[in-house]
Amino acid sequence: MDTLLLSRIQFGANISFHILFPTITIALGWALLFFKLRYNATGDFKWMEAYRFWVKVFALSFAMGVVSGITMSFQFGTNWPGFMETVGNIAGPLLAYEVLTAFFLEAVFLGIMLFGFSRVPGWLHTTATFLVAFGTTMSAFWILVLNSWMQTPVGYEMREGVAHATDWLAILFNPSMPYRLAHMLLASGLTVAFLIAGISAFRKLSGDRSPAVDATLRFGLWAGAILIPVQIVAGDMHGLNTLEHQPQKVAAMEANWETQSGVPLVLFAVPDQEARENRFELAVPNGASWILTHHADGVVPGLNDFVTEEGEVMHPPVAPVFYAFRIMVATGFAMLGLSWLGAFLSWRRGTGNLPKPLLFLMVPMAFSGWVATLAGWYTTEIGRQPWLVTGILTRDQAVADVPTPMVASTLVAYLVVYALLLFAYVAVLFYLARKASHGDDIEPELPSSEAAQVVVAE
Amino acid sequence: MSEIFQSQDTLLPFIFAALMGVSILIYVVLDGFDLGIGVLFPFADDEERDRMIASIGPFWDANETWLVLAIGLLLVAFPVAHGVILSALYLPVAIMLIGLILRGVAFEFRVKAPAPWKRSWNGAFFAGSLMTALSQGWMLGLYIMGLGHTPFTMGFAVVTAVFLTVAYSFIGACWVILKTDGALQAKAVGWAKGGIWGVILGMGAVSAASPLVSTRIFDKWFTMPEVFVLALLPAAAALLIVGLWLSLRRLPRSDDKGSAWPFFLAVGVFVLGFGGMAYSFYPYVVPDRLTIYEAASAPESLLIMLVGVCVVLPLIAGYTVLSYTVFRGKATELSYY
Ligand code: HDD
Ligand code: HEM
Ligand code: HEM
Repeated sequence: MDTLLLSRIQFGANISFHILFPTITIALGWALLFFKLRYNATGDFKWMEAYRFWVKVFALSFAMGVVSGITMSFQFGTNWPGFMETVGNIAGPLLAYEVLTAFFLEAVFLGIMLFGFSRVPGWLHTTATFLVAFGTTMSAFWILVLNSWMQTPVGYEMREGVAHATDWLAILFNPSMPYRLAHMLLASGLTVAFLIAGISAFRKLSGDRSPAVDATLRFGLWAGAILIPVQIVAGDMHGLNTLEHQPQKVAAMEANWETQSGVPLVLFAVPDQEARENRFELAVPNGASWILTHHADGVVPGLNDFVTEEGEVMHPPVAPVFYAFRIMVATGFAMLGLSWLGAFLSWRRGTGNLPKPLLFLMVPMAFSGWVATLAGWYTTEIGRQPWLVTGILTRDQAVADVPTPMVASTLVAYLVVYALLLFAYVAVLFYLARKASHGDDIEPELPSSEAAQVVVAE
Repeated sequence: MSEIFQSQDTLLPFIFAALMGVSILIYVVLDGFDLGIGVLFPFADDEERDRMIASIGPFWDANETWLVLAIGLLLVAFPVAHGVILSALYLPVAIMLIGLILRGVAFEFRVKAPAPWKRSWNGAFFAGSLMTALSQGWMLGLYIMGLGHTPFTMGFAVVTAVFLTVAYSFIGACWVILKTDGALQAKAVGWAKGGIWGVILGMGAVSAASPLVSTRIFDKWFTMPEVFVLALLPAAAALLIVGLWLSLRRLPRSDDKGSAWPFFLAVGVFVLGFGGMAYSFYPYVVPDRLTIYEAASAPESLLIMLVGVCVVLPLIAGYTVLSYTVFRGKATELSYY
C-alpha cells in the first residue's frame, strides 16, 4: 500500500466517523428546541422530560462531533497539502467563515444550553438552544458550500496553477450547492427522526410507560413520515443536477457503459470494470431513461465516453458508486415503508398501542439514517474520482509525501480509537435508555459529589 | 516597521499573522488551564475530580475552538506554511489529535457510562490531556529549532514537552484556586507552588536556547540600544513570578481574598513569554525558511476574510464574556440538563 492509498483510506475513515455525529446534532438541536417550546407553551412536564433525555444524547454526540472535527481540520495540512496550495484562496475563506460564524456560536452557547438551565432566565436558555441549533446548521451550510464547489467549481480563474476567486456569490451559490444542502439537511432530519423513534421504541419495549416516551415516539414517526417523501423528491432533483454537471458520476451510479437511448434501470448487477460490462444484471426496461430524462427513450450518458484515446480512465470506479447508491435508495424506501405504517397505526390506534413487532423493527432502524448518509456520501465522493476538485486538481497532485509507515501507523491508531468510541457511544445510548425506562433518576449526573449537589430550579 | 503599512501586500499578511498569534495565545491560556486540570487528575480524589471537571465543563469546547481558529488561520492565510509545518509534525499532530479525542469524549462518557466505567474514563481524560500537552510541547520545541530532526533538536523538544506540560498544570492549578474553595483549594495551592519551578525553568530554557541556535534571533535581542528596551520583558516576567509566589504564599484564606490573583498573574506570565517568542520569530512563519510575506494567500482572499473577522470577532468576544459571567463564582453547583 502506498501513501496515496493510505491517505485516502485515512481521510475516508475520519470523515465517515465525523459525519455520523454532526448528522445527529444538526437536526437534534432543532428537535430539542421543539421540545423546549412545547414545554414553554403547554407547561406539560413530559416535554421537559423529553428535553432532559435527548439533551444528553445531544451533548454526547456533540462532543464526538467536535473532537473528530478538530481531526478533520488538521487532515488537510497533514495529508493533502496540495489541496490548500491550489484552491486555498477559495477553500480558506469558506472554512474560516465556518469557524467564525458557526463553531464559536455553538461552542459557547452549548455551555449555557447544557449547564445554564438553573442559572439563566428561561428565555435565555431557550435562546441558547436556538443558537446552538442555528450554529450547527450554519456549519453544515459552509462546509457544503465548499464540498459542492469542489464538485462543481465556478467563479474562479487559474493563475500560475493556483485558483483565484473572481465571483464570491457564484462560488457560494454554485450549481450543486442548493441540492446538496437540502438533501443533507433532510438526511439529518431523517437520521434524528429514526433515532428518536427507535430509541423510544426500545424504551417502550423495556417497559417504559411514561407519557414522555409516547410523545417522542410519535414525534419521531411523524417527522420521519413527513420528511422521507420530501427527501426522495430532493434526491431525484439532486440526481438530475448531477447528470447535468457530472455525467460520469451518474453513469457510474447507473452502471451504464454506453451512451444510448432507452437505458434500463439496473436493479442489481455486478459491474465488471475490466470487461466493461455488467454481470448478473437484473433491470427494468427503459427505467433509467425515465428517471433521468423523464422520457422512455431519453439518452443517458455512458461510462465509455470517459476513457481517453490513450485508454486513461477518467470516470470513477464503478462498483463502489453503484452499490453505495443502491444502499442509500433502498434504505430510503425502507424508511418510507416503516414510517408511513407507523404513523398510520399511531393515528388509528394511538401511539401507546403500537404492535410489538413494529416496535421491534424500529429499534435497528434507529441507525438507518447513518447507513443511508454514509452510502450517499460514498456515492458523492467516490463518484468525483479521479478528481479532487473537478477539472482542477486530481487527488494524486494533492497528496503529501509523508513516509508510508507513518500514515499506516496513524491510520491504525485512528481506526482503533474510532471503533472503541463507536461501540461506547451506542452502548451508552442504550444504557441511558434502559436507565430512563426503569424510571431511575437520570439526574444528577454531573457532578455527583456531595459538595457539588445539583440544584434544580423550577 | 512603518513600511509594512504602506501596501496591502504586506499589511494583510501582517494583520493575519497577528490574528493567528492572538488566537494561539488565547488557545494556550484557555485550553492550557483545562488541559492542566486533566494532567492534575491523578493527584485528586474522586470527589475533587468532579469539582475540577465542573469548573471547566461549560468552557472546554469553546476553548478548543481557538485551536481550530488558529490552525484555520494558518491554513487560510499561509497555505504553503501550513503544509510545510503540518507535514513535518505529522506524528506529534496525530498524537495530539488522539489525545484531544480521548479527553473530549471523556467529559461526557465519564458521567453517562455505567458507574464501573467511570474510573476508566477518568483515566482516558488524564491520558488524553497528558498526550495533548506533551505533544504540543514537543512541537513547540521542534518549531523553535526550525523543524529539523536531529538528536539535539529532539532532546530540546523533550525538554519543552515536559516544561509546557508543567506550565499547563500550573495554570490549571491556579484556575482551581480561583474556582473552588476549602480542601481542594488548599491542595491546588500546593500544586501551584510545585509547578511554579517548572514554569521558571521552562521559560529560562527557551529564552536561553532560542538565541543560541539562531544568530538571527541573537542579533534581534542583543543589539544596542534595543537591548535596554527589550530587557524590560524578562524583567516584567520576573516581577510577575515574584508576585505569583507571594500571592500563593498567602493562600488559602478563609475569606477567599486574593484567590483570583494567581490565575491572572499566570496569564500575564504566559502573555509575556508568548510575546517574547513572537518577537524572536517575526517575520518568519517557518523559522528561518519562510516569511509571512512569502507564504501569504492572495490579497483578495485575505481581504474577504478580514471583513468577516472584523464583524464577527467582537461578537465572539461578547458571548464569551456572557458565558464566563453566567458561570462565574465557585464551581460548586452545576445542574446538568
Ligand atoms: C437519510 C439519508 C438519505 C436518504 C434516505 C437518501 N439520501 Fe441521497 N444522499 C444522502 C442521504 C440520503 C447524503 C448522505 O446526504 C448525500 C451525500 C451528499 C449529499 O448531498 O447527500 C446523498 C447523495 C445523493 C446523490 C448524489 C449526488 C451527487 O453527489 O452528485 C443522489 C443522486 C441522491 N442522494 C439521491 C437520492 C435518492 C433518489 C433517494 C431516494 C430514496 C435518496 N437519495 C435517499
Ligand atoms: C463536506 C465536506 C467534505 C469535504 C470538503 C471533503 C473533501 C474530501 C477530500 C479532500 C478528500 C481526499 C481526496 C480524495 O481521495 O479524493 C475526500 C475523499 C473522500 N471523502 Fe470527502 N469531503 C467531505 C465530506 C465527506 C463525507 C461527509 C464523507 C462520508 C461520510 C466523505 C467521504 C469521502 C471518502 C470515502 C473519500 C475517499 C474517496 C476515494 O479516495 O476514493 N466525504 N473528500
Ligand atoms: C458534510 C460534511 C460535514 C458536515 C455536515 C459537518 C458539520 C459539522 C457540524 C454541524 C459540526 C458541529 C456540531 C458537532 O460538533 O457535532 C461540526 C464540527 C466540526 N467540523 Fe464538520 N462537517 C462536515 C465535514 C467537515 C470537514 C470536511 C471538516 C474539515 C475541515 C470539518 C471540520 C469540523 C470541525 C473542526 C468541527 C469542530 C467544531 C467545534 O469545535 O465546535 N467538518 N461539523
